Amino acid sequence: MTDAAVFRARGIGKSYPGVRANDDVSFAVDPGEIHALLGENGAGKSTLVKMIYGLVRPDDGHMELNGQPHQPTDPRAARAAGVAMVFQHFSLFDALTVAENIALGMENPPPQRALSARIAQVSQDFGLPLNPARRVVTLSAGERQRVEIIRCLLQNPRLLIMDEPTSVLTPQEAELLFATLRKLADGGTAILYISHKLEEIRTHCDRATILRGGRVVDSCDPRAHSARTLAAMMVGGEMRAIDRSGRQAGEVLLQVRALTQAAPTAEGTALKGVTLTLRAGEILGIGGVAGNGQDELLAALSGEIRGASGTILLEGADLSRLGPEARRAAGLLAAPEDRLGHAAVPDFSLADNTLLTAGARKGLVRKGLIDHPAARAFAADIIRAFDVRTPGSGTAAKALSGGNLQKFVIGREVMQAPRVLVVNQPTWGVDAGAASAVRQSLLDLARQGAGVIVISQDLDELLELSDRFCALNEGRLSDPVPTAGLSLDQIGLMLGGAHGMEVAHL
Amino acid sequence: MIDLFALFLMLLSASTPILFAALGELVTERAGVLNLGVEGMMIVGALAGFAAAHHTGNPFLGFAAAALAGALIALPFAALTQFLLANQVASGLALTLFGLGLAALFGKPMEGVKAPAMSPGPLGLNWIVWLGLLMVPTIWWFLNRSRAGLILRGVGENHDAAHALGYDVRRVRIAAIAFGGAMAGVGGAFISIATVLQWTEGMTAGAGWIALAIVVFSNWTAPGVLAGAWLFGGVTVLQLRLQAAGVRVPVQLLSMAPYLATIIVLVAISARQKYSRRAGGTAPGSLGQDFHALR
Repeated sequence: MTDAAVFRARGIGKSYPGVRANDDVSFAVDPGEIHALLGENGAGKSTLVKMIYGLVRPDDGHMELNGQPHQPTDPRAARAAGVAMVFQHFSLFDALTVAENIALGMENPPPQRALSARIAQVSQDFGLPLNPARRVVTLSAGERQRVEIIRCLLQNPRLLIMDEPTSVLTPQEAELLFATLRKLADGGTAILYISHKLEEIRTHCDRATILRGGRVVDSCDPRAHSARTLAAMMVGGEMRAIDRSGRQAGEVLLQVRALTQAAPTAEGTALKGVTLTLRAGEILGIGGVAGNGQDELLAALSGEIRGASGTILLEGADLSRLGPEARRAAGLLAAPEDRLGHAAVPDFSLADNTLLTAGARKGLVRKGLIDHPAARAFAADIIRAFDVRTPGSGTAAKALSGGNLQKFVIGREVMQAPRVLVVNQPTWGVDAGAASAVRQSLLDLARQGAGVIVISQDLDELLELSDRFCALNEGRLSDPVPTAGLSLDQIGLMLGGAHGMEVAHL
Repeated sequence: MIDLFALFLMLLSASTPILFAALGELVTERAGVLNLGVEGMMIVGALAGFAAAHHTGNPFLGFAAAALAGALIALPFAALTQFLLANQVASGLALTLFGLGLAALFGKPMEGVKAPAMSPGPLGLNWIVWLGLLMVPTIWWFLNRSRAGLILRGVGENHDAAHALGYDVRRVRIAAIAFGGAMAGVGGAFISIATVLQWTEGMTAGAGWIALAIVVFSNWTAPGVLAGAWLFGGVTVLQLRLQAAGVRVPVQLLSMAPYLATIIVLVAISARQKYSRRAGGTAPGSLGQDFHALR
């Protein structure tokens, strides 16, 4: 128990009004170790690492770094002490160049030219190619992460914290990341790795500390356990297995024919000749790295963007020129990625939010007047059927946690019994329990004879749910392949063109 | 030829108030704060500068007082938007109305008083004109080459990321707001001390609004601000010349020209999507948004 550990936490606690985010958390990270921090959303992982990085101050307990007390008052102090962090949502400045971004993350950056040379040096050493003069806004997700990582590496950290780094990467990019981390660990750096992707933790991490409800519930060697047991430790009970049974492909429901659309905004992606067929009872998975046309495809299907006539047919009827309300009435429903602001109005109550999409199909609006009791009843139905944890239908949407709001938003569409449902990133940022509930509901919907299109960046999810898989790359949709027997590697190659991959293999 | 040169010198003078105000607002907006109170800060600077110049007899002290007054009047705006998270657009409009009213109230004793004479600088131009021209490369250098400027741009581009890296978003923004106020104050004082040579109510006559438009026109760069200020200064000088030459166009139409030019240029800019961020546009990413850190 003598302190070889790089970092040690003893009895850390932190409260926010109404929430005990961390309670008596103790663990240690050894040099050269990739240490996983596992837990559901809200288990207190983020709060914990924010305390280590000086963004939040703990209420009780104490931390040690290299045997010295670690009480950073702000991130600069933490960095000076040897802690570096790669954030879940990239903390980059879009309009600035790579070199400027890196300079902002350093205490005493050298002049621009010297810094650029050092960036080139480090990126060569670790096989992370990066042009210091590029503006971040033009980089892919994988390249952006490289910027963050190099920013950390230039400080020679003793402890590197990674907060869900692979959620936006292709499998190949993720492999590259782990190779880099292993190289770093072999050099003696301690790495604290946060994720809820269990497979990845099982293959790459040396030790795992599991958090639940803000407390450490277990510590184990993840390689010695199955993903199932790890999930059970996280959730504190058995995970319900996903039931895929009882579905068979029926008649053709939705046809999209050579859908071509200019990019709706300067930052958007144009759709180029998207063609697909969806049958009753079928789930079609569409994978791809963010920014390759996912949002645009959803908008084109939902009716937010109208297409040329003859491009979108539902059960033979041409919907291409119709708006979202008319398409909903015909049975084509959609749930966009952005829960707060796109799928739901943050300040509206849940009951009012049902009116946004269910007004016509559930008869909540009659002769231009809102039937409030009916809306409240429908919201209550969703809350019950989808186990949405909230005081009631009068609660504002923004007061719900991400997972609960997602269950509500998906539930709102599923319970309208659509003919075809299109969802984008249905479980993004949602914890394991809620994610499996959402996925099961999509499978159940397909079993009842609806067609479902799942657009997602989570490949495990697509493999779990879909019968056929297509890749969306720069606005082009690949031909579908049956999911059965498809490996992650093959999918990675389909997503292929993912920017920068060729360079990355240099 | 000589006439063209004289016209250019006139243009330099005419564009100075807008140049100062727009450079100040440029720095403020680059820090992510939209301060629509430029007009109000200018008029307060115009009065305070004029009063100080009159009482001390030293116009340069007048400009110093104008800068101080501009920065001070901007501080309530800073407190409202940075601490109380008040809406920046509404607070900025309130600052304009407040400044106009305040200056009208305290300006009564100054009416009819003449400004002290000022010795001209090189080429017979006012020293402040030269100072304004000097501020363009200085601010460009500050924003693009200095560490402090990089931090300020970072705060304006993504305040959450800047906070996560340990920068004090609030402090940077308050400093930027105060600087913007000081620059607007000097711009306003140039009108009262160096151009009109007396105090009249509402004498800034919309210059603050033109300055705001120029910041957009400039694509948030210092050289762009200079180009914009010269464009509108040029239109102003031209319309004065045309009036003096007795061109048979109604005076009202001519006086309208600078404002009309503002609208036309802004419409033309937003019609083209040139300023998309991917294409190299630099509208600060966090412009006008409230920042609140949870600790």
